[in-house]
Amino acid sequence: MTGPFGVYIHIPFCRHRCDYCAFATWTDRDHLIDDYLDALRLDIERAALAPVSSVFIGGGTPTRVPADDLAKVLAAVPLSPGAEVTVECNPDDVTTAMMQTYAAAGVNRISLGVQSMVPSVLAALGRTHVPANVERAVAAIREAGIATFNVDIIYGGSGESLDDWQATLQGVLALRPPHVSAYALTIEPGTPLAEDPSRHPDDDDLADKYELADDLLAAAGLANYEVSNWAAPGHECRHNVLYWQQGNYLGFGSAAHSHLDGHRWWNVRTPERYLDAVRAGESTEAAGETLDDETRRLEGLQLALRMSDGVPAEALDADELDGLVVTDGQRVRLTRRGRLLANEVSHRLR
Amino acid sequence: MDLSRIRNFSIIAHIDHGKSTLSDRILELTNAVDARDMRSQYLDTMDLERERGITIKAQNVRVDWKGYTLHLIDTPGHVDFGYEVSRSLAACEGVVLVVDAAQGIEAQTLANCYLAMEHDLEIVAALNKIDLPAADPDRYAMEIETVLGIRAEDILRISAKTGEGVDKLLDAICQRIPAPKGDPDAPLQALIFDSQYDQYRGVVSSVRVMNGRLTTGADLLFMQAGTRQEAIEIGVRRPVPTPVPELGPGEVGYLIAGIKEVGHARSGETVTTFVHGATTALHGYRDPKPMVFCGLFPIDGDDFETLRESLEKLRLNDASISYAPESSGALGFGFRCGFLGLLHMEIVKERLEREFNLALIATAPSVEYRVRKTNGEVVFVDNPADLPPTQNIDYIEEPFFRVSIITPKDYTGTLMDLCQTRRGELSKLEYLSPERVELHYQIPLAEVVVDFFDQMKSRTQGYASLDYELSGYQRSQLVRVDLLLNGQPADAFSTIVHRDKAFAYGNRMCEKLKELIPRQMFDVPIQAAIGGKVIARETVKAKRKDVLAKCYGGDITRKRKLLEKQKEGKKRMKSIGRVEVPGDVFISALKLDD
Ligand SMILES: Nc1nc2c(ncn2[C@@H]2O[C@H](COP(=O)(O)OP(=O)(O)O)[C@@H](O)[C@H]2O)c(=O)[nH]1
Ligand SMILES: C[S@@+](CC[C@H](N)C(=O)[O-])C[C@H]1O[C@@H](n2cnc3c(N)ncnc32)[C@H](O)[C@@H]1O
Ligand code: SF4
Ligand SMILES: [Mg+2]
Repeated sequence: MTGPFGVYIHIPFCRHRCDYCAFATWTDRDHLIDDYLDALRLDIERAALAPVSSVFIGGGTPTRVPADDLAKVLAAVPLSPGAEVTVECNPDDVTTAMMQTYAAAGVNRISLGVQSMVPSVLAALGRTHVPANVERAVAAIREAGIATFNVDIIYGGSGESLDDWQATLQGVLALRPPHVSAYALTIEPGTPLAEDPSRHPDDDDLADKYELADDLLAAAGLANYEVSNWAAPGHECRHNVLYWQQGNYLGFGSAAHSHLDGHRWWNVRTPERYLDAVRAGESTEAAGETLDDETRRLEGLQLALRMSDGVPAEALDADELDGLVVTDGQRVRLTRRGRLLANEVSHRLR
Repeated sequence: MDLSRIRNFSIIAHIDHGKSTLSDRILELTNAVDARDMRSQYLDTMDLERERGITIKAQNVRVDWKGYTLHLIDTPGHVDFGYEVSRSLAACEGVVLVVDAAQGIEAQTLANCYLAMEHDLEIVAALNKIDLPAADPDRYAMEIETVLGIRAEDILRISAKTGEGVDKLLDAICQRIPAPKGDPDAPLQALIFDSQYDQYRGVVSSVRVMNGRLTTGADLLFMQAGTRQEAIEIGVRRPVPTPVPELGPGEVGYLIAGIKEVGHARSGETVTTFVHGATTALHGYRDPKPMVFCGLFPIDGDDFETLRESLEKLRLNDASISYAPESSGALGFGFRCGFLGLLHMEIVKERLEREFNLALIATAPSVEYRVRKTNGEVVFVDNPADLPPTQNIDYIEEPFFRVSIITPKDYTGTLMDLCQTRRGELSKLEYLSPERVELHYQIPLAEVVVDFFDQMKSRTQGYASLDYELSGYQRSQLVRVDLLLNGQPADAFSTIVHRDKAFAYGNRMCEKLKELIPRQMFDVPIQAAIGGKVIARETVKAKRKDVLAKCYGGDITRKRKLLEKQKEGKKRMKSIGRVEVPGDVFISALKLDD
């Protein structure tokens, strides 16, 4: 295997369901945790992986399962030297001991689900933690010597003012994170939030908040390198970049996605089915697709467009996208306005 | 066949009172359809009919009951399709009048019942839905007796849902409806009362033989069309089409004569034999007249030919559609189409899009105006863009409807209000009973075709009902309101409205379009103007954000699909200048609440 290769591991358990969330996760199946982690380990071992360059353990809530057990799953993945290993953490769960266990297992990057630093907004998002937990969590990460971390934040929660959002950004920046992902609250079909239009964000408000985020994050030395991601130099998430560059990766666990050379597939959605499949030694795949060359090419452009390096100049007619893109003759890149209207621009890729 | 054992009848009712359900029960009870093949509303075959739960094309079927042969004809219930009711009635000796036992008489109960009386048909009345807790058959039996003069004790009580009383209804049909009359040895006279186009067999016509015999292989003359045809196949629907060698007087069945479009086998046509044929045709032949017109344009200009072919095909099956090529500065090439009403227009647009895979934009609907020019010339204008310059117009006349609304008396005020705002003139107010009122109005057709029906329903919680007919042209103070999109006149969206309402209309249209036109990459001004003078203005602000925030982890597939779907959605938008407009924007604009 040449080039980077990633592994994603899905942990489908949460304490409670956030009402904007559409991820494959469950709040009533904690009794499956032990068996599920065993199955993950078995599944990974059977894959007989060559050393991988990045691992991302996401969810759901990976910190919902015992740190030691998670470490055993991770131990089944062979790592190449310098591999990036990320775990998604809920600030409420993070302790120094937990971070030390992770660090010992090879984890060198934490992604913290902070969402907001304003209590009323957190409450409106249906989140339980308090901003003080976030500071404690960051202190624990640093104490355990974990090299880098990310903070996830969401803008556009119901009742969030521009000042609230500014408070969140400043609160987060006070923690001096090397990486921030700022997501516009997205209405996912089938979620309770989707059923309540009164709490849906307004696109203009989202645009204002995006611009504010970009201003403050850039001023703090975090450069935008993908529509929703900002990082200090060298702290970009290599695993995510792999996704966006159409790299190869294998996903383990329920609902995990995989990609190998233009073939994409995804696993059965529930932990039970995943368990059953692994135990029976059967495939865990639910369905998949093989991209034809043209679809793959276009998909590659769509993903690349969202990143700071943009797309080759011939992929877009820059003239008709005044103000949305800039070009140096070699590459066409989105301007900030263009990042906000990336879909419009995307439809014109050729 | 023994004439005395034949009974021909239609079921007539206000919409939703249960005609289709009753037809289902009759098919079951007479074993015409196997229980396992039974699906509800068996006779409503078009997909659209099933989805919207309304009957669009009349169907007919032969069933057997206790030694009698019954021909049952289901009829459509919506006002737009009233003409089909009348054609069906001409093939019958009687009708079953179905009235919802929880609603009582409604406007089309009356309209259809009067039609039946005009045709001199025996009326067997039945109160339906007696299984409903809210049913009050005693009360409505009295109402029917008072209003229609049908004796309360003669009114049957049934539930088309549970089947209760349906056998007694069939018995009553046999006892009360007269047998058809006719002379088997006289020259053939057969009435076509419906024609449908079948992709494989050409036009299949429903016929009722009045005199003589219609035999397979016969050399036929279609008297009004003046065409000679061969009777390739004759049969009856049980409801499965079953060929028979001949149909005698009183019998109802179908005829296939190698005809390629329904317009050549019109309802009302008389069929006779080419040799020794009848010398006189059966009664009147009426072309259904389109009342509402709009432009239909393909969103993708390359689809113009496909649209033409699709309209041709649709017309094979629906002779009431008219169309003529039209070109518009804003929309390119398309067709000016005429419809029986707004529902008909929507249905045709939907059928074109679905059955022929087209994406279309419909312009604002219009009625047909009569314009008298200063030079004395009179022209008919169904497209506001064709209105002569103001200085050449002496006056404009518009078509009026005679409208009848039946309502519980508590809603009289709000309905009079509605009619008033629609420029209606009250001609009569009648009490049908202490609780129910019938309002008679003269209202300009243009005011009725635009969401009048929906408004009436919403103001009365659905309790009022409506019937209408054309009553002639009257002079009105009319002006043309033009629309400008992004500074460019959008000729296809001009509308003719009353002068007193022009400002309100312009404002409302701009507001509605602002809601309905999605935000673009730039500000889009929307203006309404009369004779070049802007009377209203709104702006669709440029959109600032459309990007998907999340990457869904490794789920790249989902992200790509979302983008593809969005791009697909753009294909249903028509570009007018640089502005992308949804294809149903005008239909939607007119439907929104005041
Ligand atoms: N409860 C009850 N509902 C009925 C009965 N007959 C019809 N319906 C319902 O009334 C609605 C309209 O019936 P349908 O036969 O489509 O009416 P049509 O418009 O006159 O053909 C449908 O939802 C039927 O299920 C009945 O006897 N009892
Ligand atoms: C895979 S999720 C789950 C991480 C973790 N369970 C949590 O909620 O903190 C990763 C991130 O996606 C973002 N996210 C989830 N649902 C979202 C939505 N509907 N709109 C915008 N961002 C969302 C949140 O910022 C979240 O931290
Ligand atoms: S947002 Fe995170 S914590 Fe909330 S339900 Fe989804 S995965 Fe679980
Ligand atoms: Mg029906």
